[in-house]
Amino acid sequence: MQWLNAIIQGILLGGLYALLAAGLSLMFGVMRIVNLAHGVLAMLAAYLGVVFVNNLGLPWFLALVIVVPIMAAVGYVLQWGLFNRAISKGGLAPLLVAFGLAVVLTQLLQQIFSADSRSIQIGALGTSSIQVSDTIYIGWFPLMTFVVGVLVIAGVQVFLNRAPLGRAMRATSDDPETVNLMGINNRQVYALATALAMATVGLAGMFIGTKTQFIPTYGDLVLIFAFEAVIIGGLGSLWGTLVGGIILGVAQTVGSQINPSYGLLVGNLVFLAILAFRPQGLLPKAVTT
Amino acid sequence: MKMARSMRVFAAVAAVGLLATACGGNLDSSESSSADGGAASAAASAAAGAGAATDGTVKIGYVAPITGPLAAFGEGDQYVVDQMTSYFAANPIQAGGKSYGVEILLKDSQSDPKRAGEVAGELINTDGVDILMAHATPETTVPVTQQCEANATPCITADTPWQPWVVGSGANPGDPATALKWSYHFFWGLEDIAAVNMEVWNEVDTNKKVAALYANDSDGQAFTDEAMGYPAIVGPAGYEWNNPGLYPLGTQDFSAQINAYKQNGDEILTGIVVPPDFATFWKQAKQQGFNPKIATIGKAIEFPAAIEGLGDLAQNLATEVWWAPSYPTTSSLSGTTSQAFADQYTADTGKQWNVTLGFSESLFETAAAAVVAAGGTDKQAIANAMKTMKVDTLVGTLDWNSGPFPNVAKTPLVGGQWRATDGGQFPYDLVIVTNEHAKEQGLDVPLGGKVEPLP
Repeated sequence: MQWLNAIIQGILLGGLYALLAAGLSLMFGVMRIVNLAHGVLAMLAAYLGVVFVNNLGLPWFLALVIVVPIMAAVGYVLQWGLFNRAISKGGLAPLLVAFGLAVVLTQLLQQIFSADSRSIQIGALGTSSIQVSDTIYIGWFPLMTFVVGVLVIAGVQVFLNRAPLGRAMRATSDDPETVNLMGINNRQVYALATALAMATVGLAGMFIGTKTQFIPTYGDLVLIFAFEAVIIGGLGSLWGTLVGGIILGVAQTVGSQINPSYGLLVGNLVFLAILAFRPQGLLPKAVTT
Repeated sequence: MKMARSMRVFAAVAAVGLLATACGGNLDSSESSSADGGAASAAASAAAGAGAATDGTVKIGYVAPITGPLAAFGEGDQYVVDQMTSYFAANPIQAGGKSYGVEILLKDSQSDPKRAGEVAGELINTDGVDILMAHATPETTVPVTQQCEANATPCITADTPWQPWVVGSGANPGDPATALKWSYHFFWGLEDIAAVNMEVWNEVDTNKKVAALYANDSDGQAFTDEAMGYPAIVGPAGYEWNNPGLYPLGTQDFSAQINAYKQNGDEILTGIVVPPDFATFWKQAKQQGFNPKIATIGKAIEFPAAIEGLGDLAQNLATEVWWAPSYPTTSSLSGTTSQAFADQYTADTGKQWNVTLGFSESLFETAAAAVVAAGGTDKQAIANAMKTMKVDTLVGTLDWNSGPFPNVAKTPLVGGQWRATDGGQFPYDLVIVTNEHAKEQGLDVPLGGKVEPLP
């Protein structure tokens, strides 16, 4: 039963990783941008959550509804202001810009919010759970995180497949210049894609900021887990990211069950095994074909 | 083809990031912040103003984590440095018949041991400091001590349990012959935190089964060592130690540990945990139905901000208290009481007092006392004077004659619990609930309340 519990908790944790990695996966899939500022941007969303919930006293769900569009706007501005310029320089430029953004944003958050640990308050919902058996409890908050993670992945995938703008994103991803000739402004499409990615980061930031306590540098840790989920699942594939997140989560919890020292190690080993034996990931390339 | 190439870039970046995290590096701590430069020049100009009336200047270098994951420890340092700068400007140190102004150079370690060592080297070799000071965790104090030993400069450190400090600095706690030549430390040790935690546990009716939650870091390894650590201390006192294993920092799921604690029926929880890990653990413990009767936690809940982050879950969590406003002590410099010092901090900064404040101030008391005892700024004379020094500071009487190791002076330790204040200036207050151990150490700290079980 312990092992079953470990797997269940791992799947729930995987939902958080998938939610976190969705934006990273999307930005890579559409623009080939490796967004190293992803983790810090999630922290920015978490701090916005602290301001709205803890300082201004808004209900948690209302704060969620406010933070997501703010982050989308941040993404839109970032793409026009920074990444679009960097993309035209090609090569490593977007990567370096993202790295610089991560450094600046971390220091900025530290200046504004100090290095104190913060956490978004959600009250009893954060600690209540459903008891399935003597050893298995499913926390409401992890369950909610998982459901939101799956819905976000599914929603973005359906959007890319069906919506006209989603198709424009896929087309731009395949060949930005031809798309331009067809009358689509590829830069505008990029900006909207980043806005969508940052909206998912807004959700992820709110959930992480509520699950744990964070400081500005916590984004580094978060970034690694998101990277691993994306690579395990296959680059640019959203369903792959969900699978990757769940595999990473289960590997960590089952590893911990073997010995608490092995939790993160087993997750990293799975990641390295995928890199070594199936570098394209488990479900590669679904977005861009 | 294009896909495959960008894939490789992506994978390489991820792998590098992974490596950086594994090595404890921070992507964001690459260059110096403006904080330390600004502080240094402000301090320098204040000292220059006072310089007119003095015969010489004592240059004190101070390394502390102002930014990065340990920044909570360094939160009060800029304030204390400002206070001390203006104090010394008005009251130069009188030593050997001469009058010395004090110049304080505060440098940010960025919570990074490598960076702490670098700035310590700069302070010694470029700035030419007479005394170097550092505080807050082995990550800061150990590299600074190593620089001082290598460069023959007097060093005063605090806020690191003395065993990890001695071991990290290259000495052997069991062999006084390995004593360091230039470095002196004041803090409590493993035996003290174990004694204080047991004092807290003894006040609650439990089955004496202790759940251990420790990260796989230098603290975790030292505290859970079967021969030297907790098991060897609490076992003979009748407590059953249940340590399922050390967890890696940044763990996102603690269900394995929680299950192990529940199966063993543990009613006491203890550990040294960083705030994010503890918040993750404690929320999950509540979800999974692990409800110990008492919990003594180090590191994660020392600071008020982390407690506010836990909200209702913080009520009656216990921690060891290194210093508090209720300590019946006065500063050997300004004569201010601990209470007045803490009140002034809150009045000036709007922030609640924290356990490191008294230590930051006491470092300056110790440095000034060393210069007085040495009769000047000669490095060798200062190091010699420290060897037998005794000074009454805000954190208690520091006596390097009677420490457990030649370079170490021990400070008294009490136990405290966080309690909601019901509409006070701050939502939670750290109330002193045990003081027997501190009494044995020679300081009678008044109790603010009794030990209460967790809700």
